Amino acid sequence: MDRGIKIVTGAATAVSALAVLAILVFLAVSALPLFESGQFGSTLAGGWQPTGDLPRFGIGPMIAGSITLSLSALLLSFPLSLGICSFIMGGAPRPLRTFVSALVHFMTGIPTVVYGFLSVLLLVPLIRSATGGNGLSLLAACLTLTLLILPTITLMLLARLGRFDNALKLSCTALGMDEAQTQLKVLFPLAKKGMLAAAVLGFCRALGDTMIALMVSGNSPRWPDGILEPMRALTAHIGMGLATDTHSPEYRSIGAAGLVLFVLTGVLSLVIRSLGQENGEERRVA
Amino acid sequence: MGGSLLKTALYVCAAALLMLAVACKPATEPQQKEKPEAGKVNDQVSSELKSFEGMEGDISIAGGTAHIPVMEAAQKTIMTAYPKISITVEGGGSGKGVEKVGAGTVDIGNAGRPLTEEEIAEYGLKSYPFAVDGVAVVVHPDNPVEDLSTAQMINIYAGNITNWKDVGGADQAINIFTREEGSGTRKTFWSKLLGKGKIIEDASFVGSNGEMRLAIAGDPGAIGYVGIGHIDETVKAPKLDGVAPSQENAASGAYPIVRKLYMNTKGEPSDLVKAFIDYIWSPDGQQFCADAGYIPYKPE
Repeated sequence: MDRGIKIVTGAATAVSALAVLAILVFLAVSALPLFESGQFGSTLAGGWQPTGDLPRFGIGPMIAGSITLSLSALLLSFPLSLGICSFIMGGAPRPLRTFVSALVHFMTGIPTVVYGFLSVLLLVPLIRSATGGNGLSLLAACLTLTLLILPTITLMLLARLGRFDNALKLSCTALGMDEAQTQLKVLFPLAKKGMLAAAVLGFCRALGDTMIALMVSGNSPRWPDGILEPMRALTAHIGMGLATDTHSPEYRSIGAAGLVLFVLTGVLSLVIRSLGQENGEERRVA
Repeated sequence: MGGSLLKTALYVCAAALLMLAVACKPATEPQQKEKPEAGKVNDQVSSELKSFEGMEGDISIAGGTAHIPVMEAAQKTIMTAYPKISITVEGGGSGKGVEKVGAGTVDIGNAGRPLTEEEIAEYGLKSYPFAVDGVAVVVHPDNPVEDLSTAQMINIYAGNITNWKDVGGADQAINIFTREEGSGTRKTFWSKLLGKGKIIEDASFVGSNGEMRLAIAGDPGAIGYVGIGHIDETVKAPKLDGVAPSQENAASGAYPIVRKLYMNTKGEPSDLVKAFIDYIWSPDGQQFCADAGYIPYKPE
């Protein structure tokens, strides 16, 4: 019986690990023609202009676009999440807390295409009439993504902050600290690494989202140089490029874009992992 | 407190579901009564459909999104008359259509562009053109511009003309829209109208004819392009070099920005797939093309 379980779980682990490895190999193989022709560097750093006199197929603007977009969404979302977290952990009347907590849980289940659709119909026209551009912009994508990653970060923060022993809070109260002081001076500093892990996870979620970027960012393959200007994310670039003829340089750039995304998320999840281990020690202290 | 709130909410949901179930019940009964009538369609099949007589099996279709209305009309008619034939229609774009039929995962791969030599050589594909579609420039309906020249279009898309007042419009910035790199509509527009000229990086990219129309309809400064069949009252199609972009002008050759829509098979098609292709070429199928806003086409 025990042996059986071991074999089944071992096989499951092996399949999952092999799948991830296979994805990496597949991406590397699809980007191989770029390596072979020595164009990989220019593909990563160069610009995108398939229709000019000298066609260029670089995904540099998309890499910069993805990072700018995800970072700006994180910058907006993280303080909001921290606020919601404090609100739920204390300081608010109980029914309201229950409601907000339920709402955040509910938000995690909203499909990103719904956010994208509403954004196209409501947010984009609003930005267009306020600024005179066409509305499809880094700002529109950033605001929509903020909403998308908000519950992810909030729940992660709640999990990290909520696991401190109640005795810790009692000690703080005994020392004469109020709720705000307890959170700001004791809980937040103790959960510093957990908070960083939540931020990294939120960033990864923003980086990996395709539908919102595709629908509201405008997808212009230009270096992101303004909050009101359109930009293109790596994920959206893959989404748009899939329909191109498989022998075209456009199609080959997809492999490179996939590889960059894979490596970026891989490195970031290693960061989360190492943070998680250190956090174990932190907990013992608490 | 929280628990009782949750309970109340659950009861409300359960009650709502129950009411829904009750409300739905009478609606299902008349549908069941209609069923025997469906058999009658079999007696009235048009003569073109007779070639499917006695056939059964599956036809899977994927690829170009412009093809979908025609494919779905044929699918509906054939499957209603011959329930033993099952047809599935998917989108995915021209590139996906070619790739899937090449890999053998679908029977028919649709493309809004001719196959490249490499594709023909690698996959051994056969092409069946069945309709001609024009690509028209579209602007916001409130835009006063009535006529654009090819030279103006090239300059607008290259980023040399940036304000509508330079082409006879209002003093307003031009917001350029284009399609994703794999789009057949884009390829036609780029090679036939822009003469493979530059499309500026600042252009906003959208992923389908429908999205293009939605974007243009909502933006007073916008310029973009769609298949002529997709033009409706939410957008305006100015003349190009004095020629109105209508299907009549596209058919007569007066309007030159046109492309063919193709079905592709890997090697010789099976009897059933061949029957389907012939049906698209029949008067029935050609009517579906006309209904979708395309010019029916049958190779000699």
